[in-house]
Amino acid sequence: MIGLLNARWPQRLLDQNWPIVALVVGIGLFGSLTLYSAAGGSLSPWALNHALRLGVFTCLMLLLSQVSPQAWLAWAFPIYGLILVALVAVELVGGLGGGSQRWLELGVIRLQPSELMKLALVLVLGRVYHYLPLSHVNRSSGLWLPGLLILLPVGLVLLQPDLGTSLTLVGGGAALVFLAGTSIWYFIIPAGLLVASLPILYNMLHAYQQRRVEIFLNPELDPLGAGYHITQSKIAIGSGGLTGRGFLEGSQSHLLYLPEPHTDFVFATMAEEWGLVGGILLILAYGLLLAWGWRVALRAGDLFQRLVAGGLTMTIFFYVAINLMMVMGLAPVVGLPLPLMSYGGSAMLTVMLAVGILLSIDRVNRAAPHRGVGTLGLG
Amino acid sequence: MNRSNLRQMIFSRRAVLLGGLQAAVGGLVVGRMAWIALAEGDRLRDAAEDNRVALRLIPPRRGILADATGLPLALNRPAYGVELTPSLAGDMGEVLERIGRIIPLAADQKEEILKEAQALRGSATLMVADDIGWEAYAALNVELADVPGVLPVKTYVRSYPGGEGFAHALGYVGRPTREQYLESRNPLYMFPGFRLGKDGVERALDDRLQGQPGARRVEVNARGRILRDLETRPDVAGESIQLTLDYGLQDFMARRIGGDSASVVVIDCTTGHVKCLLSMPAFDPNIFSNRIPSDLWKALQADDRKPLIAKATQGLYVPGSTFKMVTAMAALAEGVATPGDRVTCGGRYTVGGNTWHCHSRRGHGTLALQRAIAASCNVYFYTMGRRAGPEAVARMARHLGVGEKFDLPIPSLKAGIVPDPAWKEKRFGQEWQVGDTLNTAIGQGYLFVSPIQLAVMTARIASGRIVQPSLLVKGEAPAFPPLGIAEDVLDVVRAGMSDVVNGPGGTARRASLSIPGVRMAGKTGTAQVRRITAAERRRGVRRNESLPWRLRDHALFVGFAPADAPRYAVAVVVEHGASGSRAAAPLAKAAMTYIYDRPQAEEALRKEEAARERRRLAAEAAARRAAEAAALAAAAPATADAGAAPGAAGAP
Repeated sequence: MIGLLNARWPQRLLDQNWPIVALVVGIGLFGSLTLYSAAGGSLSPWALNHALRLGVFTCLMLLLSQVSPQAWLAWAFPIYGLILVALVAVELVGGLGGGSQRWLELGVIRLQPSELMKLALVLVLGRVYHYLPLSHVNRSSGLWLPGLLILLPVGLVLLQPDLGTSLTLVGGGAALVFLAGTSIWYFIIPAGLLVASLPILYNMLHAYQQRRVEIFLNPELDPLGAGYHITQSKIAIGSGGLTGRGFLEGSQSHLLYLPEPHTDFVFATMAEEWGLVGGILLILAYGLLLAWGWRVALRAGDLFQRLVAGGLTMTIFFYVAINLMMVMGLAPVVGLPLPLMSYGGSAMLTVMLAVGILLSIDRVNRAAPHRGVGTLGLG
Repeated sequence: MNRSNLRQMIFSRRAVLLGGLQAAVGGLVVGRMAWIALAEGDRLRDAAEDNRVALRLIPPRRGILADATGLPLALNRPAYGVELTPSLAGDMGEVLERIGRIIPLAADQKEEILKEAQALRGSATLMVADDIGWEAYAALNVELADVPGVLPVKTYVRSYPGGEGFAHALGYVGRPTREQYLESRNPLYMFPGFRLGKDGVERALDDRLQGQPGARRVEVNARGRILRDLETRPDVAGESIQLTLDYGLQDFMARRIGGDSASVVVIDCTTGHVKCLLSMPAFDPNIFSNRIPSDLWKALQADDRKPLIAKATQGLYVPGSTFKMVTAMAALAEGVATPGDRVTCGGRYTVGGNTWHCHSRRGHGTLALQRAIAASCNVYFYTMGRRAGPEAVARMARHLGVGEKFDLPIPSLKAGIVPDPAWKEKRFGQEWQVGDTLNTAIGQGYLFVSPIQLAVMTARIASGRIVQPSLLVKGEAPAFPPLGIAEDVLDVVRAGMSDVVNGPGGTARRASLSIPGVRMAGKTGTAQVRRITAAERRRGVRRNESLPWRLRDHALFVGFAPADAPRYAVAVVVEHGASGSRAAAPLAKAAMTYIYDRPQAEEALRKEEAARERRRLAAEAAARRAAEAAALAAAAPATADAGAAPGAAGAP
């Protein structure tokens, strides 16, 4: 692509933001270490695969970092369209298979389009606002297109059905719309309405759904049933104490008390062995990544880059925050992995692609701070 | 550019806002984690430990029961079983289905297990199958390793080598009932392999046999699988107890009884040791100790030979003539008669217009005590009974152990009834009649005794001492106090009893032992189970053998051997055996023969069993022939008639 040809390779490699790459790879390797322990001190079945994936995705991330932001701007709609088609394809394949399917089997890899849509949505919304004058942002003409672009994939993902992912899509899209300067009332009023209607919604739920909410609020109601996950997760985190029980010493994960110790509850597995210290260091690492993301956004040269950087940072944040709140009993168990730590390719891929795009924006603006790259559309 | 700057400002402001929100969420998450790890850390660490470490009881091995010679009567056989924890198992139906692929589980068994699982509290465990063999155990370990809650275990199964013959004396073991658990609150009672004594010695001596449970602290995973032992306190096995029973004798007698409904008690007169306490038919305690199949249970309940009743200790029978020694000894002890006093028997005894019969219609002529016992003359004992009076007879009966509940490790011993005027007044509100005195004198009327009481009575007569029966071997043999009856009186009674078996005209001559130097003394008895009406008596009493089994008289025999130096006393009751001499006395003979000449007894039993087999085959063949004949007759009745006529016509 265009950016690749612009400079000489050694210069480009040196220009790379290596501390951030190291941070991302470091979190991934720590994930591998935790997975090694979760398997009872064994590279298989998770740790080695995780590390291999990390390697492949790191290469992919570095490759993306070389793509110029302008290319993303140009290709935003085709990418979005392609992934939307993939989502429809998943829907059709799932319909034929007679069950809910969320991925496309593409020979070597399983592609989960809804994950990639998180990125594509950010790109396409960034492009829409990039060309949309501020004066139109709060007019109906400036509202319907972003709304449609968000609701289309959300609807498709809801059909799968995958409530968790569709909520993060809505969150990511809304964050970008907010950053683009849409009136704050468009957010406060719906949020207020939602909060106000919670009691009514609660009453509209089925009895078993109400029970699930109750158990989320008080997991000890059903310690062996629906509350089991969260209870065991809290036990794992709590029994780690300040400094943890030591590497390979976590009984909760090794004795199978902790459900999904390698995917959704990998943080609890880690916290049991590394304690509060390990947990805070890991949260700080994610915090650093997010802070860097905002820094990239604030220093970016044009609106598209700013919006994309902010949107991607929000997307990464949603992953991390929802997972952490879930394992600590602050959010219901929705089944979102902790990116870079959890076993499983999709989340890792999404986040590393996001970091790759952030790196590319960062690269361009570090080379020429505060100089617009996109000269089009500032009409 | 102005617009652009405005937009950048908006973006920056909002980015800072969102970044701040993210930081706030980060702070919240860190705070939450610190709260969980630090403030709740201790509690949650305990919870993790609770998860990881399970305290498992080790049920104590039950004490072994041995016979007098040290042979095992009840022991613990190592076995393999499979336990199931329903709270871990999830879908019980599917889990049972998977277990059922390795060990066969009948539909009603599954149903029972499901019912049991529902009654279980919390995370309690139940035993799916108890004795599955090593191969099934190994297969379960391999194939159900991934099924949570299923745990193949090594256990012990109570085993009774003597089987049926010892079912009533030893009892059996079984799982504690819900009521027993609620009463004791003993967690051991919830342990799947744990068994309580349910009957007999097992129940009476349960406290001593149980032992102390041990405990294991084990590391378990979430599927209930034990990963390793952390600490073990071994169990203390229950006390091993030696009983006075003689395995060989009791087992032999069980086989000798065959299909009859009978009980045999043998007591060592010098020590009081019960050598044989047998009630047949019975059930297999090995089966009872696991789940009792319901159809077996129903069959046992319906059986008119009452296999579920321990007849030797719980069966109450009218003693009949076996009681006559008591009447004579009462008169002698009261001083109203001497052994030489003669009574003339004309076949009947009349009091105030009513007539009582002797079993000899022609009468026994004039006889004294010794011959009265040998001939079992009713008139003699009517006379003695009236001389002594009902109170004295009852007193002597109790003195000899009749009506007594002995101190034996057997639950539900029966006292029976020793009637006297006070008892009748209390029981029926009626005055004691002369007829009652006469009936009691010959062991009929209200008297009800158990076989063990008869055996003790005989042992006391034989030894002249107040023998107390015992089932437990204790240090030294107790010295029993003398009965307080003159030795010459007892000698005459014993001589009469010896004549019953060995003398001319004795009623049980067929029971005389063919062992040189050992003779048995005894007394037969017959107890009516139906009332003989006056009309029947006029027509002549029907022979018992012609009656249906249920209406035949009970056959009794009490005896001791050797006659001149009594060592063993025996009491035999054959329900509906019809004749004491024919049905009961041979069993006593078999017991004594076994004691004094085992090869001879075994040989006799072999012959007896061969004869039984022949009879069984003959009966089967006869039944078959009868069935065939009936079929034939149904097929061609006409031809048979036609063929008969010409022959009659052609006669010269």
